[in-house]
Amino acid sequence: MSYTINVNGTPHAVDVDGDTPLLWVLRDSLDLKGSKFGCGMGLCGACTVHINGVATRSCITPVSAVHDLNITTIEGIAASETGRRVQDAWLKVDVVQCGYCQAGQIMSATALLTHNSKPTDKDIDDAMSGNLCRCATYVRIRTAIKQAAGLPTTDTREI
Amino acid sequence: MATVSMSFTDRESGVTRRAFLTVSAAAGGGMLLALSLPEQADATVASKGPNELHPNETAINAYVTISPDNHITIMSKVPEIGQGIKTSLPMVVAEELDADWNLVHIEQAPLDPKAYGAQFAGGSFSTPMNWETLRRAGAAARAMLITAAALKWRVPESDISTSQGKVIAKDGRSLTYGQLASEAARVVPPDIKNLPLKIPTNYSIVGKSIGGIDSPKVVTGQPLFGIDVSVPGMRYAVFQKCPVFGGKVVSANVDEIKARPGILNVFIIQPEGPTGLPDGMATGLQSGVAIVAGSWWQANKALESLKVVWDEGPVAAQSSAGFAAKAKELSTQTPHRVIHSDGDAKTALAGAAKTFEAAYSYPFVYHCNMEPQNSTAAFKDGKLEIWSPTQNPGAGKTLIAKTLGIPEDAVTVHITRAGGGFGRRLGSDFMVEAAMIAKMHGEPVKLLWNRTQDMQHEFYRPGGFHYLKAGVDANNQLIAFTDHYIGYENNGKASNSADMSAAEFPAKYVKNLEYSTSTMQLGVPTGPMRAPGSNAHAFVFQSFIDEIAHATGKDPLQNLIDLYAEERAAPPPPHPAGKGPPGRGGGGPGFPMGPPFSGKRAQGVLEMVRDKSGWGKRQLPKGTGMGVAFYYSHLGYFAEVVQASVLPSDGTVKVEKVWVVGDVGSTIINPSGARNQVEGAALDGISQALAQRISIDRGRIAESFPDYQMMRMYQAPQVEVEFKITPFSPTGLGEPALPPVIPALCNALFAATGKRIRDLPIDPKLLKT
Repeated sequence: MSYTINVNGTPHAVDVDGDTPLLWVLRDSLDLKGSKFGCGMGLCGACTVHINGVATRSCITPVSAVHDLNITTIEGIAASETGRRVQDAWLKVDVVQCGYCQAGQIMSATALLTHNSKPTDKDIDDAMSGNLCRCATYVRIRTAIKQAAGLPTTDTREI
Repeated sequence: MATVSMSFTDRESGVTRRAFLTVSAAAGGGMLLALSLPEQADATVASKGPNELHPNETAINAYVTISPDNHITIMSKVPEIGQGIKTSLPMVVAEELDADWNLVHIEQAPLDPKAYGAQFAGGSFSTPMNWETLRRAGAAARAMLITAAALKWRVPESDISTSQGKVIAKDGRSLTYGQLASEAARVVPPDIKNLPLKIPTNYSIVGKSIGGIDSPKVVTGQPLFGIDVSVPGMRYAVFQKCPVFGGKVVSANVDEIKARPGILNVFIIQPEGPTGLPDGMATGLQSGVAIVAGSWWQANKALESLKVVWDEGPVAAQSSAGFAAKAKELSTQTPHRVIHSDGDAKTALAGAAKTFEAAYSYPFVYHCNMEPQNSTAAFKDGKLEIWSPTQNPGAGKTLIAKTLGIPEDAVTVHITRAGGGFGRRLGSDFMVEAAMIAKMHGEPVKLLWNRTQDMQHEFYRPGGFHYLKAGVDANNQLIAFTDHYIGYENNGKASNSADMSAAEFPAKYVKNLEYSTSTMQLGVPTGPMRAPGSNAHAFVFQSFIDEIAHATGKDPLQNLIDLYAEERAAPPPPHPAGKGPPGRGGGGPGFPMGPPFSGKRAQGVLEMVRDKSGWGKRQLPKGTGMGVAFYYSHLGYFAEVVQASVLPSDGTVKVEKVWVVGDVGSTIINPSGARNQVEGAALDGISQALAQRISIDRGRIAESFPDYQMMRMYQAPQVEVEFKITPFSPTGLGEPALPPVIPALCNALFAATGKRIRDLPIDPKLLKT
């Protein structure tokens, strides 16, 4: 079946089954490889995209449900000022180890900062705990989010 | 082309090597430099160890290409799996070359053992194996550029210096490396042995924090990983194996699946000979059903309708509960073997003023690479080409050739970035499956495992059981120590990564000591996982030593310092030369051994972590405690302190902070990358300790992915990392920071609650008050 989906500001016609997850349409129909397959169960967050600005797990979102919505992927996140700042902070803080989860992390972090420009450590925990990082770069992800937000990068959680 | 050979001695390791330097003109002008170091054959090694990674007899360890437009390409020989090696090793070459880092371009080298020698990511070996060689490769190229300039300018070489990619004469004339490259390629290569190397205070690249070389591509979502590979005409495949290890397909509804939308091909693969090898690193092609489709989603969805009759085989009788019961039974019997004995442990225990006894256990653990196993393969005209996120491309190539019945030189392996390694991708099962499916189907295929398959067809960190006893004299000095380790075997040999070193601490540090082992036949594949062996044994031994310290009224940190006080004449290397797996800091032929273990270095990191963490000096609230542990693995010395608190009502553990001090020698090549590895390793260990467990039930795993809890953001504590600089050749960082964090956490929980964790993962119920 044919669907038209709006990805990073451009409409694309794709011919796939309606239950095909958005992730596979992005990766294999549109050749946008930035969104990653991690679990296929919505549990690891590697596939995170924005749908109308909301961080969404594309691996469990059928294409039939998104055809009239605005989808932003990691390839298009630099179009937003916040997205660019987050990407920049990720590089400055040298967050990446293997890097496989980081597109999803950046998408979740950008969604957080778009809606909450000065997040607390608790806000960061709440917004980011759906994204697994197997290399456990969490310390740096936290720092990078704060840096992108223009906040002091010290960990303010009580110990 | 000019080739010279010479020998030189690696100052730190004492290894004498013959070296060959080959220089040729690069395509398009310029210079291409290859330095070959045949690795030392170890005459003491009669046969290859079971866990040997990738032996090679010759090795060319670096390629430097300088183009006339002044761009320098440095090949990175080792697979990049998140350990940062694609950034750090080229930094070493660039430093001695005196290159302008901004003009350096780094490329993943192709798999070419004749050109590059051992190309694998494992055992934290990349740094110690390449440090000396790559410095000399860079220095050799620099020396030749100087010679070329001296000839051109007709000035003595001593009047020429280099800086940031330029050759500069005393009189002020200068040329870029690019301008000299073609001429440099024609000069006689220098004597590698006598090449002057920079003194570290003059380093301008090494020691500087440089961001991951591929990170700009990562943060913008560009294709980099195995799963991102596309080749023309590519189809998508899934491969379903028996959930019971070693099980075989009897029959399947192949025709019904073929009729589903988008399905192009369905076939059963029935490999000849035995399958289901319990050694994960040797696991080859297994029996299963391949589904090839126009999209991966269609192929994967077809699995819902796939009906297979399996012959589950003998492993279906195995379970974790059965192994635990058997281990308990074995613990009361005479051990199968004694692996180390000093003095008379039994008599000393009987005569001790105080004795201690404890049983420890830890479970099987899943690597859980974020990028599920995958490979893309194309078979054409008897040749196989494969793109794979592998840690061990050479082993994959050999396995593919053997399984497909084609010569090794008919197999081309392209190494892609890997979405996590942690040891899992030292195995090549996903490579050989893709290769066989591509061959049988006839079109290029991308094979991708789904998460459930990735979890089911792992090779796990093996579980184990330890029964320990210790005794102290009237002065609370440790005089007797015994361990009966009950682990797993594969037909008489310890299962992969389930062995125990006879030199496990406190061997050689206690007068009367006996280590013995018993083993149970296992059919579940096991293999190396980040700091193999050490990740389990550190928990056991460093926890039990902490128990003894508390019970004898000693400060646990000072107790460790005191235990390491005496340098031992017969130092305990992690493994005797050549006998053990290279995964633990020594062993296999051709792998670096490093200097002997040093108690002083252990003390050094312990003292530093004591001071950094404010050990014993901070007032902690009730229910909060600090714990310490030290461990030496992969040539690295790590002392770690964990602060953790426990919620009394339900025992929930909150890890608050980790202080890590590591000693990996004289040079931290890329400090930001190095700290990143250590932070990750510390959190990885905590993640394991808090919740990770794989249970075997009727020969298959009991857990599904939602059950398998990995650390998430809200659980991640602060981590402070410091390196203690010591005058030893630098060693690797992928692994050694992990082992001590687990006992440090459990020891902190004891300090917080008075309750001892002796079984992993931590059961909060035991910590409730």
